[in-house]
Amino acid sequence: MTDALLRLDRVNSFYGPVQVHFDLSLEVGKGEIVCLLGGNASGKSTTMKIILGLLKPRSGQVSFDGRPLTGLATPQIVRRGIGSVPESRRLFATMTVRENVLMGAYTRDDRKAVVEDHERVLDLFPKLRERHAQQAGTLSGGEQQMVAMARALMGRPRLIVMDEPTMGLSPLHVDKVLELIGTINRQGVSVFMVEQNASLALRIAHRGYVLQTGRIVLSGPAADLARDPQIRDAYLGGTRAA
Amino acid sequence: MLPTSLGPWLDYTINGLVIGNIYALLAVGLALIFGVSHLINFAHGSVYMVGAYIGWLCVTQLALPLPVTFVVVAAGCGLLGVVIERVGLRPLREAPRIAPLLATIGLSVVMDQTAQLLFSPDPRAPPTQLPAWRIAVGGGSIGALDLLIAGVGVGSAALLYGFLRFTRLGWAVRATALDRDAARQCGVDVDKVNRTVFAIASALGGVSGLLVGMYYNTIDPNMGFQAGLKGIVAQLIGGVGNVPGAIAGSLLLGLIESYGIALFGTSYRNLFAFVALIVILVLRPNGLFARARRLPPEPLTGTFIAPSRPVVLPRWAVWGLAAAALALPLAVRQPYLLQTLGNAWLFALLALSLTLVAGTVGQVSLGHAGLLAIGAYASALLTLDAGVPVLLAVPLAGLVAATLGTALVYPAFRLRGHYVSIATLAVGEIVTLVILNWESLTRGPIGVTGIPPLAVAGTPLVSGQWVYWVPLVVLLALAAVQSRLLDSHLGRTLRAIREDDIAARSYGVELDRYKALAFAVAGFVAGIGGALMAHFYSYINHETFPAPVSMLALTMVILGGLGNVAGAVLGAAVLVGLPELFRAAAEYRMLIYGIVLLLLIRFRPQGLLGTV
Repeated sequence: MTDALLRLDRVNSFYGPVQVHFDLSLEVGKGEIVCLLGGNASGKSTTMKIILGLLKPRSGQVSFDGRPLTGLATPQIVRRGIGSVPESRRLFATMTVRENVLMGAYTRDDRKAVVEDHERVLDLFPKLRERHAQQAGTLSGGEQQMVAMARALMGRPRLIVMDEPTMGLSPLHVDKVLELIGTINRQGVSVFMVEQNASLALRIAHRGYVLQTGRIVLSGPAADLARDPQIRDAYLGGTRAA
Repeated sequence: MLPTSLGPWLDYTINGLVIGNIYALLAVGLALIFGVSHLINFAHGSVYMVGAYIGWLCVTQLALPLPVTFVVVAAGCGLLGVVIERVGLRPLREAPRIAPLLATIGLSVVMDQTAQLLFSPDPRAPPTQLPAWRIAVGGGSIGALDLLIAGVGVGSAALLYGFLRFTRLGWAVRATALDRDAARQCGVDVDKVNRTVFAIASALGGVSGLLVGMYYNTIDPNMGFQAGLKGIVAQLIGGVGNVPGAIAGSLLLGLIESYGIALFGTSYRNLFAFVALIVILVLRPNGLFARARRLPPEPLTGTFIAPSRPVVLPRWAVWGLAAAALALPLAVRQPYLLQTLGNAWLFALLALSLTLVAGTVGQVSLGHAGLLAIGAYASALLTLDAGVPVLLAVPLAGLVAATLGTALVYPAFRLRGHYVSIATLAVGEIVTLVILNWESLTRGPIGVTGIPPLAVAGTPLVSGQWVYWVPLVVLLALAAVQSRLLDSHLGRTLRAIREDDIAARSYGVELDRYKALAFAVAGFVAGIGGALMAHFYSYINHETFPAPVSMLALTMVILGGLGNVAGAVLGAAVLVGLPELFRAAAEYRMLIYGIVLLLLIRFRPQGLLGTV
């Protein structure tokens, strides 16, 4: 995979004395949807923090589009073209939906293009047009997820990273969100998503990695992973007795 | 003397609203700063003082017209705010939340003392530049300055609203206040937001100082302390971090004060604010306008500034040091030296007391000088007015300080972190104000004179050696008791409360009872210290134990290592003894304390006798 957009190379990270990642390496190619699967405390969310620069790895390298992100602060990393949909959405609760979505364009100076993008994003999430003056904290979980995705898109990212995008949503909204992830991806945005729910993630992903206590134990095309007996047992509600 | 007609009441209302506007300029800035950085900025009052002095310089030295003065004050203080944020607070970004709070206290001491050195402690009178006309309004009247202040208040509020509502940076400020990490993931440079907020808040604070100088026609280097506290009170009334709430709280506070003065007299002015503060903290800690009564838990915990274990001194070293200290007067005979060290031992009692509540239990008290004052007045009045022998009065004063101190702080027991510091600061101020106003008991502003010295069998212990020995013996005895206490089951329980009060409670620890016990012991120790001071000084008044003494106490215990008995003694000896011995000019002393506090927080938060 020569034209990897995002590459983590032998990353070791720590919370204080506790090591979270052990030589973690993974890649997201241009145009791909890649999912990172794993149970509780496997280091999934920490991977997000590493990519976004919220936690610095002790060794190893993160690079984006061939350039290392080492030493960059989160806002600078975002400016490079990585949009983030954080775990449990993290909207600005008392700001309006419109303000939340436009906060995603904070780094951009091209006013006219921002207005156009805003229209395009609202076309993608028509529900948000109705709700534009409402406080974001008062929306339902599914609607909040859409605001978070719209916010991430407003930065014109080349890669969107998502932390558990379907967590806590009703089945109806889960389908909707997965569909929208596919749509976004077809518009040329690569997606890296962290998920606990493997069956959902593998439905739309091209490739996947399985993380277990900080180590990649399995990786491959989504279809292969979905068939892998190990995965079936651990994450897809397999029938073999534990 | 209740005014009977409506006219004066209208005047009081106008006056209250004008003062409220001035508080609002302070409180709004405090709310903004709390919003984005979860910090109660105790340096804000000093910025206000600097604003007043820049204004005074502009008018008297440079003869600038008033509008230009406003611009210069706003710009100068805005710049000062940026410097405060960059130098004082950004390096502490990763430290526990109490560290930047203490840093703002250090910064405030440094600014106040610098102003005092530059401009002398004497008040100055900014000349009036406004026309003297007044409009009569239904029995009251409004002057040009009232209108100017109202205009500045309303104008600033409108500008601020526009900034937060319609500008990109304003959005970033709001977003950062709501969710710092999410804002960063939108590309917001949080440092820039912090800087902006400090600049705006400080510019408003400076303008507030300028206006207050014009309004009362007097400014002095210590005007910031009370004003900063008022701003904090106003902000708490409205709910911390809530900008519109801060404005409403300020106007309310202004009215409370104005009506209160009308009913009780000027010397009570500050009492209303601090009593209001305690009432708010107890009844509605989230402010009048918050829906929930529960405190926001996260930013207010983390009372300990650094994880540290005390360096354990071997037993023989402790005995050796104690013996050497006791034997010192046999070798050293200069009365001046002994007196200085004796004074240091007296302050060590205060440090011993504070290190128990702040270090061991994790309740950072900022009003500890109040306990000294209670002990001093109790012992002085018991001997003079009740005829109690001095040797009996001193321990009784300890008991009085223990009882009163615990009772006064009791309402704050259910508070945590920052709120404890604010509440104890208010309690300290209340003690001073009650002493000032309760003339029939305390003799008010005149103070207590002719306090008899300590005496044994009719022989007064006033010579150099006794001034040294008596405090030292008392100190050693109480330090020994406190060490034993900390090694016991009780000490473990108190530390558990500090580390995690919720966990401690779930193990069946009754927090209030243990906190009360800790404050009672601390009150007793500080009360004895205050009583001894009264008998050595022979004269005390309400200004003998001012708020800076509380800050000094805090610096002593942090220097020694919070919670550390030997450290408290060391801290007092170093901070009280050394400047005196080096004959540092008295006016530089507080400045040195402020700088020491800042350096400690930044570079050695665990103190001299603490290890990480």
